[in-house]
Amino acid sequence: MQIVLDYYNYWICIILMMVGFYGVIAKTNLIKKALSLSLFQTGVLVFYISIGKVDGGTGPVLDEANADAVYSNPLPHALMLTAIVVGVATLAVAMAIIVNIRERYGTIDERDIEDIEHQTEE
Amino acid sequence: MELIHKNLPALIVVLPLCMGLLTSIIGRRGLGWWMAMATTGAVFAMSGQLLWNVMHDGAYQITYQMGSWPAPFGIVYIVDPLNASVLMVVSTIAAVLTLYARKSVASEIQKNRLHFFYALWLFCTTGLLGITITGDAFNLYVLLEISSLSTYTLVALGRARNRRALTAAINYLVLGSIGANFYLLGIAYLYQVTGSLNMADIHHILVNQVFPTWGGDAPQYRTTVIVGFAFMAVGLSLKLALFPLHGWLPNAYTYSPSAVSGLLASTATKVGAYAFIRVIFTIVGVDFAFGLLHTDTALMVSAGAAIIIGAWLALKQTNLKKMLAYSSIGQIGYITLGFSLNNVNGLTASIIHLFNHALTKGSMFMALGVVVYRLGNARITDVRGLGRQLPVTMGVFVVGGLGLIGVPLTAGFISKWYLVTGAIQAGRYEMAAVVLVGSILALMYVWRVVEQIYFGKRDENAPKLREAPLTMLVPMVLLAAASIYFGIDARATSWVSQTAAELLLGVKL
Amino acid sequence: MTPEMTIALALGTPLVGAMLIAMAGKVPNLREAFTLLTALATFGLVASLYPLVIAGNQPGLFLLEIVPGVPLSFKVEPLGMVYALVATLLWIPNSLYSIGYMRGNNEKHQTRFYFCFPLAIASAVGIAFAANIFTMFVFYETLTLSTFPLVTHKGNSDAVKSGRIYLGILLTTSVCFQLLAVLWIYALYQGGDVSGIDFVRGGIFKEGLASGAVAPTVFGLLFFLYIYGIGKAAIMPVHRWLPAAMVAPTPVSAFLHAVAVVKAGVFCVIKVTVYVFGANALLEYGQGHWLLYVAGATILIGSLIALFQDNFKKRLAYSTISQLSYIVLGTALLTPIAIMGATLHIIAHAFGKITLFFAAGSVYTAAHKTQVSQLDGIGRRMPWTMGAFTVGTLSMIGVPVVVGFISKWYLISGVIERWELPGGHFDEVFALLVISFSTLLNAGYFLPIVYRAFFKPLKDEDLKHPHGEAPWPIVTALMFTAGLTLFFFFWNKPALELAELVRRAVG
Repeated sequence: MQIVLDYYNYWICIILMMVGFYGVIAKTNLIKKALSLSLFQTGVLVFYISIGKVDGGTGPVLDEANADAVYSNPLPHALMLTAIVVGVATLAVAMAIIVNIRERYGTIDERDIEDIEHQTEE
Repeated sequence: MELIHKNLPALIVVLPLCMGLLTSIIGRRGLGWWMAMATTGAVFAMSGQLLWNVMHDGAYQITYQMGSWPAPFGIVYIVDPLNASVLMVVSTIAAVLTLYARKSVASEIQKNRLHFFYALWLFCTTGLLGITITGDAFNLYVLLEISSLSTYTLVALGRARNRRALTAAINYLVLGSIGANFYLLGIAYLYQVTGSLNMADIHHILVNQVFPTWGGDAPQYRTTVIVGFAFMAVGLSLKLALFPLHGWLPNAYTYSPSAVSGLLASTATKVGAYAFIRVIFTIVGVDFAFGLLHTDTALMVSAGAAIIIGAWLALKQTNLKKMLAYSSIGQIGYITLGFSLNNVNGLTASIIHLFNHALTKGSMFMALGVVVYRLGNARITDVRGLGRQLPVTMGVFVVGGLGLIGVPLTAGFISKWYLVTGAIQAGRYEMAAVVLVGSILALMYVWRVVEQIYFGKRDENAPKLREAPLTMLVPMVLLAAASIYFGIDARATSWVSQTAAELLLGVKL
Repeated sequence: MTPEMTIALALGTPLVGAMLIAMAGKVPNLREAFTLLTALATFGLVASLYPLVIAGNQPGLFLLEIVPGVPLSFKVEPLGMVYALVATLLWIPNSLYSIGYMRGNNEKHQTRFYFCFPLAIASAVGIAFAANIFTMFVFYETLTLSTFPLVTHKGNSDAVKSGRIYLGILLTTSVCFQLLAVLWIYALYQGGDVSGIDFVRGGIFKEGLASGAVAPTVFGLLFFLYIYGIGKAAIMPVHRWLPAAMVAPTPVSAFLHAVAVVKAGVFCVIKVTVYVFGANALLEYGQGHWLLYVAGATILIGSLIALFQDNFKKRLAYSTISQLSYIVLGTALLTPIAIMGATLHIIAHAFGKITLFFAAGSVYTAAHKTQVSQLDGIGRRMPWTMGAFTVGTLSMIGVPVVVGFISKWYLISGVIERWELPGGHFDEVFALLVISFSTLLNAGYFLPIVYRAFFKPLKDEDLKHPHGEAPWPIVTALMFTAGLTLFFFFWNKPALELAELVRRAVG
């Protein structure tokens, strides 16, 4: 139990990632797939953000009064801003493609699409 | 002029990025192509200049600090012979393919979308160039995603001809994103250990502060580093389509617009391979990756399987673009095999093959693009008897095919020369045999097509085809000619590649 | 003109000729004139190097470095001179014959046909003059590729299938075995274990073997890889391509069998044995012994198969397989005189076999006959053709007064020379038995043809289809080569002088 509590941030991240990963593999609905991918990405984001935390650290704003202040590392947060943008863009592209698939195949279920592709010639 | 000169490493990435944005806004009515052409042309010139500079630089290194922030704090762009040659590959192929794309893309994409196509095209180039030039591990991720996102869209644009482009694109997107996230996670682990994102700095800290403790009783962060490396390795293997993580590749190459197939096949996976080489040789170091973890054995098994199975599957395809796609999987195997041998000749083979294979495969995809342009498809039955009607196009295809087989006096032979020598020197005779058997399989799948081209009979009532338009013909012939030239006189390419290999292995300091 | 320039021109002339031929495609007479001129000029250039070689010089040419340390370079030595002279000399009657044959049979795509020949000859000259194993490999491959369009000239499904076998076997062996051996040697060279990749007297392994840097088993394995990497020598079991290539027009068959291709194979076998591995090193370390027996078996099996072939050209093809292995056998004996005999047999077999093929093509052109059993009485209608055929036959059997006798003489002398080496004499007995028994077989499959042609009456159906001799270029060409076969028995000084130099290079 202690190990769960001590490393709870890692556990959250692992759970998020695995739920996402499972969705990507197991779901046949493309939208669910794309959302699972997003979840997976969120797991990575959480991981980054949590490793930036320094024990007893405060927000990384220079505190001139207290020269010994310990700050949390702001860099991972800054990095994740970029990664979030990337994630949003990925989701947007995925959605755009899925919309197109719906128009051309009439379905967004992977199995149905596979059947259609098998039936029609290249 | 001096200003441009000094800022070349940044410009080479920033220029296509800005021009891409601009193209999407003002690139209507055919202007888009001109902008793309001018940009890729300029980038080509710049990377040529960079390669020249770095090869004539005493330290073989040009460092550029973004915003003048010094190394571990800011992002640095570092040019050395390895990535200068990869830059050269990307920019050459991009420039040549842009010329080719004019007619080809116009026939495959709606007119009012063309400027978006060229914008994405430039973004993709930006990403690829950026991955290559950056010395910062996280920056690499961002640029990887820039190139990947634009590539997904470019692949999906093949929808006008075949709706399968869409499913190929979503498949690629899912696998590509997972790969990128794995890489991102891997960096997080290394960052946890080293507190740095600068590749050279990470390496420095690992080698001087972390690894030395591993021999003792209290190894520091041993598992963390191993897991981090594992995530990066798997993520990048997905990106470079290393067997068995190649699932996304065949359909993405097959159903995307012809020009995009060419760009993807000649540059995208190559840049992935480059990033992998960087991670192994520059970030974690060979002693860790090969010495401790024996990644080399795993890579060799993968590469060997890729060479044989890729070629074997290529043999089974009726769609020629798909055939080339499977052949690319095999060729990635050659590249991977080369650097996993961990000697100068092997690594030289990898680096030189990045270039040689880009020429070969690029020209072959372009030749098939012409068939698609004229006939709307490129199945093996479509090229029957085309040897007389499209002599130049089919000639280019055959020259490329000879390069894939590795016939002497083509560029492919030079790669094979280094690769097999490297394998023998590493005592890996079985891998030397695999490479040679791969050549024979390549002979089989190429010759199957050659027979159709020259001995097949075209339908009596099929319309007579005209040779490709000049803007498609010229780039194609250029690449094919280059692949022969660099097969006869490989001094320049082997000089650069060998220097790069020696630098990576620390033989040359 | 400096020797360097001559070498460059000897390589370049056929290439220029090929361009001219392609450009003159619309004007057949001009095109054929270019073909003949190119042939004459190439031979003249090669022959002009002969006095230098006889005087003991070995002029060289450095063309370019493909990758650092691996140059495309050339050096003319006696053995290469023999092959280059044979190939370029016989290309002259071959061109003349092609003209008669292609016109006589109204073949299609003649320009492509004439275009490929000079490319193949340039490759042959490249092989002959190669100064290192890399150069030899490169031209070996270009020879394969440039003859592929010739083999598949007819373009029908048979031709495509045979082309597949031709290319499949030749490229597979050369890439899987020869290239591996070349690269292995190169890797050893980079590691400092062998003295170089250039051809040198006594081979490149001497020091490496002596110091133990190269294990004798590796040395033997490399020899094996190299010999089987030279598929063009048609040593069993990689001989299948040769009968398959029989679908090609007869001039191409003649070119394959006599002028360039198979001769390139056996030439390479001799060359690597003498100049890469070293005959003495092979003897000393007891490697390559198997080759003697494989060659012996190929001779006998090839002859036996030939005995049962009714197809005229197929019979000749199997005869070639068997005759080539005489050369390999001579090489495998590893003594100077035997290798001299092997060298002479390149010449003897080339002259004889080209005559036989010319005769077969002549019969096909004039009478459209392809089977031996159809040849009854044909000697009366085509006396010149069948007369020349008889001369070629005698040379194959090795009867005196024709050149085949000389090479057989030296081969047997080689066996006797080997007898003086210490150890058992099983090898020598085997070689002698093979040579004598196969001579009988040669007579057994060739003389019946002569007998049929001259002594059997014409069949009834033949009487309804009268025909005469083949067109004059064909007859001229085959008379010329038959003449050479006879002539060389009496005036063999140049050949013997060169072969003598080869002998000294071995010893």
